[in-house]
Amino acid sequence: MLAYIIRRVAQSILVLLVVGLVAFSMFRFVGDPIDNMLGQERTQADIDRLRTELGLDQPFPVQYFKFLGGAAQGNFGVSYRQGRPVSTIIAERAPATLELAAVSGFLAISIGIALGVFTAIRRDGWVSNVIMTVSLLGVSLPTFLIGILLIYLFSVELDLLPSFGRGEVVDLGWWTTGLLTSSGLKALILPSITLGLYQMTLIMRLVRSEMLEVLRQDYIRFARARGLKERTVNFRHALKNTLVPVITVTGLQLGAIIAFAIITETVFQWPGVGLLFINAIQFVDIPVMAAYLMLISVMFVGINLIVDLLYFWVDPRLRADRGGAH
Amino acid sequence: MSDPVLSVRDLVVEIPTRNAVLRPVDHVSYDIEPGEILGVVGESGAGKSMTGNAVIGLLDRPAAIAGGEIRLKGQRIDNLPYEDMRRLRGKEIGMVFQDPLTSLNPLLQIGDQLTETMLAHLEITETEARTRAIAALDEVGIPAAASRIDSYPHEFSGGMRQRVVIALALCAEPSLIIADEPTTALDVSVQAQIIALLKRLCRERRTAVMLVTHDMGVIAEAADRVAVMYAGRLAELGPVRDVVQSPRHPYTEGLMGSTPLASRGQHRLRQIPGSMPRLGSLPDGCAFHPRCPKAQDRCRANPTPSLDADQGRAACWFPVEQLEDAQ
Amino acid sequence: MANLDTSTDTSPSAKPKEPGAIARFRDSDFYWKFTRSPVAMVSFTVTLILVLSAVFAPLIAPYDPFDPGSLNLMNGFSAPGVPNAFTGDEFFLGTDDQGRDVFSTILYGMRISLFVGFAAVMFALILGVTLGLIAGYIGGWTETIIMRIADIQLTFPSILVAMLIFGVAKGFTPVEYRDQMAIWVLIVAIGLSDWVQFARVVRGATLVERNKEYVQAAKLIGRRSPAIMLRHILPNVLSPVLVIATISLALAIIAEATLSFLGVGAPPTQPSLGTLIRIGQGFLFSGEWWILLFPAATLLTLALAVNLLGDWLRDALNPRLK
Repeated sequence: MLAYIIRRVAQSILVLLVVGLVAFSMFRFVGDPIDNMLGQERTQADIDRLRTELGLDQPFPVQYFKFLGGAAQGNFGVSYRQGRPVSTIIAERAPATLELAAVSGFLAISIGIALGVFTAIRRDGWVSNVIMTVSLLGVSLPTFLIGILLIYLFSVELDLLPSFGRGEVVDLGWWTTGLLTSSGLKALILPSITLGLYQMTLIMRLVRSEMLEVLRQDYIRFARARGLKERTVNFRHALKNTLVPVITVTGLQLGAIIAFAIITETVFQWPGVGLLFINAIQFVDIPVMAAYLMLISVMFVGINLIVDLLYFWVDPRLRADRGGAH
Repeated sequence: MSDPVLSVRDLVVEIPTRNAVLRPVDHVSYDIEPGEILGVVGESGAGKSMTGNAVIGLLDRPAAIAGGEIRLKGQRIDNLPYEDMRRLRGKEIGMVFQDPLTSLNPLLQIGDQLTETMLAHLEITETEARTRAIAALDEVGIPAAASRIDSYPHEFSGGMRQRVVIALALCAEPSLIIADEPTTALDVSVQAQIIALLKRLCRERRTAVMLVTHDMGVIAEAADRVAVMYAGRLAELGPVRDVVQSPRHPYTEGLMGSTPLASRGQHRLRQIPGSMPRLGSLPDGCAFHPRCPKAQDRCRANPTPSLDADQGRAACWFPVEQLEDAQ
Repeated sequence: MANLDTSTDTSPSAKPKEPGAIARFRDSDFYWKFTRSPVAMVSFTVTLILVLSAVFAPLIAPYDPFDPGSLNLMNGFSAPGVPNAFTGDEFFLGTDDQGRDVFSTILYGMRISLFVGFAAVMFALILGVTLGLIAGYIGGWTETIIMRIADIQLTFPSILVAMLIFGVAKGFTPVEYRDQMAIWVLIVAIGLSDWVQFARVVRGATLVERNKEYVQAAKLIGRRSPAIMLRHILPNVLSPVLVIATISLALAIIAEATLSFLGVGAPPTQPSLGTLIRIGQGFLFSGEWWILLFPAATLLTLALAVNLLGDWLRDALNPRLK
């Protein structure tokens, strides 16, 4: 088991190095950093000074490792557009995105699993059929359209909920939160539904199909033949076996939620990292793009790693098979 | 004689399909006495497993009981509500499935699967259930049961897992066990052990057993009486020795002719020509007549009378009279 | 050796049987299943109508929304089906702020959406099939590198990959060409983000073929066999590739719309459905709902129809994906 963990961690580090190379190449080769950082009035002396300062006169591998070293310490350079350190900008905006993603992820997982189990157990009921039909629509609807439709309904027509921004936030010094004020909570409702809906339908459909598969298994028949209560059969025997394969996809969906936050944040002008990234693309603000890429990669790779390790915890067969010696 | 443990009368199972209603089980009747092992034998699709599933109330939809009665110790059980039937399963009727590799939940320790079954049916505490679980594992021959109780199914071999399955089926002391092909998925070397185990435990407890199999060898080894099924109907029913030594139904005779058995002076193995008809395209008259060497006009025109549990042995218009006569 | 070549060349001789093809198709399981599924028929019909009206947009559209000469600013904000207060002109689906006919802009917008979608899928298909063949046939390090890249890319949502590629490509494009190049950059970005599935299926099929005897035999007599293998592999991967392509088309259309909506896709000078929705969102609060709603409904219908069609194809052809 230890060997497996070490191999997985090594793989993760390799992926991060590759992504780092991509990010660094963007940083180094897309446009001229000197051009981007100095205005129109510049002297050759300025250019030379900056070139040395940025280390652009050094060989490529040296620059690459310097970049990685800086990235590891959270140093991603200065935003071309705002002229401030990228790390500061991201730190300001991260709480907004993380709160949104956490609430959406929670909604998607809890409601998704509940509905998936329900539609699997009551597979022929009309409520299940309605849920399944609606979910097909949910999978086909682009996220931004869901957001716009929600704004149209709840902000324009009913005038119940705000259509943009985070509402009032409380500054805790190292973190700003919208979870402590009523206007902050209200502002969170539409964006989190928008962001979570797609993942929710995905999780629901996956849980349903996995659970139907599990319910066909012999050990479920045997559990019934032993006279166990329907509730025990469904939740103790079927649900647990259903959730094993669901863990991977759910883990990846959590990563996807952070990425899809870009879209939701744009629709709702949510002041998070995703909106920052979109603006960076529009204005070709390479340091911000590179930093975002690195950050999101760390999250994705981390989530993947955790998901893989969770497998061991949940499935006793893997503990024995891959672990080898006892 | 006391009441039979299980009494099946004119049982009919039907599956409605778009074009027709199929009858995988058609007017089947038999009894099983306490401590008795009834072998149910037939080709796949003959309706033997379906009969077992009907008895324990686990027919997969759209299959459903369409006629007849099932009585357990005199009480009718084929029309019980789901929840009442659920209480009987495991408690009064235990079941052993074919494949021990897939019968056990891979994510639960075998001890948990045993105790949950006992707690569902018996008024005992968890500690008592655990003690009993260890005893049950010990009884089915799991070595070092006390330390293996917290193991997961994948840590056992196939034969050991089938022992665990048997322990599970017997742990609430049911009066009837339905064993559906309990040895088919096992290595030949383990098959005899499992059969001997099943036989010993049921004799000790006077548990009635319905042993469903396609293997005449297993029947000859374990069963007291045997029911031969063909295309959903009972072809022949009688004591094992009689049926094996002097079959009355031409199908049984064919079946015996194609099985190597030590108890019969074996010449050469023969095979029955053709194959069992599918349920959707049963011939008129006796379902066996297209393959029967003795078929006559009567067989083609008139269905054979169904066998009653307590009279007659073969559902055939022209039963084989005696072994000597037939040759 | 020579006869191996002739066997490759005999395929055109199948041509004379052509008249029977339609009859054969009508006779096939596939056609039978199709006529039995209302979902398939409706989604196919809707897709066909939308594609045709996009292709023939210049003939169908009552106005050319990109001809400044035909525009009258006075016609701005006309509600659907209501004569304009100043000019008396009537527009079936209303007009936008600049007096452009919404119905016409939708037709032209759909043209761009579908063009980008089809082109991106074609790009992904060609790239994926080629890389899959190379990986499966050559094996070794080449295969490892290709499939590792595929794995890494698969870890990230394709829309994110497309955004990054779009951003980088934008950085390489001189400012004055950016709008002009945007559509092509978009096609490459979406295509590059979507080749992995094709490559995986083709590689799988290639691996199976590689170990078959005729390939081994060809190798033994010292021939390289890509051409022969291709003839055997392509029929095997035809249905999974078709299914993936259809589902990818729905995803590509949505991806294009999303990117354009976010302002990192089709430029305002060549608006796709996504761009139109982006523009329309600005009028949501001022009451001109039609500028937003009709493009949105069109996009929804298009995405849903192609999606359902892909879903049905997957069930009907039932290829073993993944």
